[in-house]
Amino acid sequence: MRNPKAFTEWFGPVQLNVLKEVGNIGAGHAATSLSKLLNKKIDMRVPGVEVVGFDTVMELAGGADKEVVSICQRIEGDAPGTMFFVLSPNKAAHFVQRMCVSTPVFLGHEEDDMALSALNELGNIVSGAYLTALGDFAALELASTVPSIAQDMVGAILSMGLIKMSQVSDQAIVIKTSFTDGEGRREEDIDGHFFLFPDPDSYVHFFRSSVM
Amino acid sequence: MSIPLHVIKVGIGDMGMVHSPDTIRTSGLGSCVGIVLYDEGRKTAGMAHIMLPEAKLAMKEGLNRAKYADTAIDDLIVALKGAGSSPHRLKAKLAGGAQMFQFSSSHDMMRIGPRNIEAVKENLSLYRIPVIAEDVGGNSGRTIEFDPNTSALHIRTVNLGKCVI
Repeated sequence: MRNPKAFTEWFGPVQLNVLKEVGNIGAGHAATSLSKLLNKKIDMRVPGVEVVGFDTVMELAGGADKEVVSICQRIEGDAPGTMFFVLSPNKAAHFVQRMCVSTPVFLGHEEDDMALSALNELGNIVSGAYLTALGDFAALELASTVPSIAQDMVGAILSMGLIKMSQVSDQAIVIKTSFTDGEGRREEDIDGHFFLFPDPDSYVHFFRSSVM
Repeated sequence: MSIPLHVIKVGIGDMGMVHSPDTIRTSGLGSCVGIVLYDEGRKTAGMAHIMLPEAKLAMKEGLNRAKYADTAIDDLIVALKGAGSSPHRLKAKLAGGAQMFQFSSSHDMMRIGPRNIEAVKENLSLYRIPVIAEDVGGNSGRTIEFDPNTSALHIRTVNLGKCVI
């Protein structure tokens, strides 16, 4: 029997550092675009890359049961993958309100088309910035699908990013960058995350194209 | 419903066994399917949280068998046999297999939920295990908890509230 960790085993510190840089560049540009859009300071936290079991992936986003708003985008082209922009429902509503400067909005339970389309647009801009930066950095042709939005449990949402990886490994490589809008008082306050899950065959492109 | 002593947690791509008065739970099912095989008489059940329809989809061998519909059902039956339940007494309840995001491109990955459900039902029918109740498809995530004492499967969603099947 082959080792179930075979796929992730050849990821050493050098590879993980490249992926950390990938996450840093992508999320950095995405945060800048978010900051401009909301006219608000957005602080990035140190990007993390971890090789972990599937359950731990959910823990990194607050636990499988936690309710979040997520904008998901399939990446196509040289290095296919799945990207998630994850926000707490409160923060998503707050961002939309800031964008629309309108009456308070309620996401989810009561359909609010205006709020949803604003949030979709926010997701479009932010994940577009992530992808463009990623493509430029790694000199890859990357195209994105129109982002799709869902308000649901973390486990239900992020598991979609694990499907490709689960075909070759019992572990996932999580490229995560967290951010805060600076309103939280405590150091550990986090308002959202970017998660990038390249398809298994895509990693080699990041390593090949980066200066190693 | 009796007061459960323990809630046994089943992770993603994992499986577990439960005997009354304990209950068994798995969280955040999206396109994944939660399979419960239970023996009413013995008040024993097994639960699997599968991610993929068949082990054939696996590009590498030696991976966790509880991840796939076909091998997970094989292993659940073996485990229940070990606990004294014969396969012809087993019944099934299912939940999950949602499509969480709507994409314009018809990527085969987007259809993984329906494919998981089909695969589970196909494999259960091979063993002639009847599906007594199901809450599958749609586009909501589900957290499920099974009580082997009452054979009730409690389902919680974010957008559609709770239900029991």
